[in-house]
Amino acid sequence: MQARRIPKILSFESIMWLFMRISGLAMYVFALTGLTIALIMGARTQMDMGTLLRWTFFPIGTHVTSSDILVLEQWINPFWTIMQYLTIVFATMHGTNGLRMVLEDYMDAGWGVHVLRGLLLIIWLFMLLVAFNLIQTTGAV
Amino acid sequence: MPLKRNVSYWEGLKYKGGGPMWAWILHRLSGLGILLFVGLHVLASFLTAQFGSDAGITINIIYESWAFQIIVYFSILFHAVNGLRVILLDFWPALLEYEREAVWAEWFVIVPVFGLATYIIITKAFGG
Ligand code: HEM
Repeated sequence: MQARRIPKILSFESIMWLFMRISGLAMYVFALTGLTIALIMGARTQMDMGTLLRWTFFPIGTHVTSSDILVLEQWINPFWTIMQYLTIVFATMHGTNGLRMVLEDYMDAGWGVHVLRGLLLIIWLFMLLVAFNLIQTTGAV
Repeated sequence: MPLKRNVSYWEGLKYKGGGPMWAWILHRLSGLGILLFVGLHVLASFLTAQFGSDAGITINIIYESWAFQIIVYFSILFHAVNGLRVILLDFWPALLEYEREAVWAEWFVIVPVFGLATYIIITKAFGG
């Protein structure tokens, strides 16, 4: 399965290897929590696939409008805000690091790798900025 | 550690890795697919919020079409279930002996869950 060599000692690559697995498990926790609580709060009959995925991965006010939870205010609270921050940080970091692993599999070691890592870091920070902004503006409803 | 191939991509396709090999390919594709999906989504919401562009609407029309939903759903479901298998077998390497069986077990979970949702999506899309 693994083409990359993962050194035993702590290195960037071994930390990221561990991170991919921990963030994978964390996303299970976030997704199942989001889905379960959405169902408890009454999102049952209007759940199309999009709504289901929004509730499981990024439940913010402007994002889950097509489920039949009538009082959306009830879940705009610190619990969900923290969930949203954790989900978005883990998911985007998992995804951009995954892209890094794939691309570096096809690259020669050298300065190109550093350029790539710099670019991906910028893309990741940009995604975080946009998402944080969304969370903040919806949280204020 | 770059890959040094002495074979062409075409030769590579004939490699008989079986279930786990296909699972690895699908894991890669689905991971990249989800990232592309999430990335475009973030970009569109940024353009809409900051510049009032129509990109968000355009992209939502695509994202909400039934065909797209089926693909996204498969990608996420497969990536999540296969990812769990990778995590479990990496943390308990003794289980690696049963990797092929584990990949079969994955499909036993994925096929019914995916099939049910796809059935609902399609019947809804066509006048259900
Ligand atoms: C429940 C959710 C998820 C789980 C359990 C999971 C699990 C994993 C694991 C264990 C790996 C490492 C595979 C390896 O090192 O060989 C991985 C790779 C990857 N994941 Fe995820 N993941 C999840 C969600 C996501 C999401 C939401 C994205 C996109 C934003 C994503 C994108 C990727 C990419 C691009 C890779 C690299 C693929 C490769 O190296 O072949 N994953 N995932």
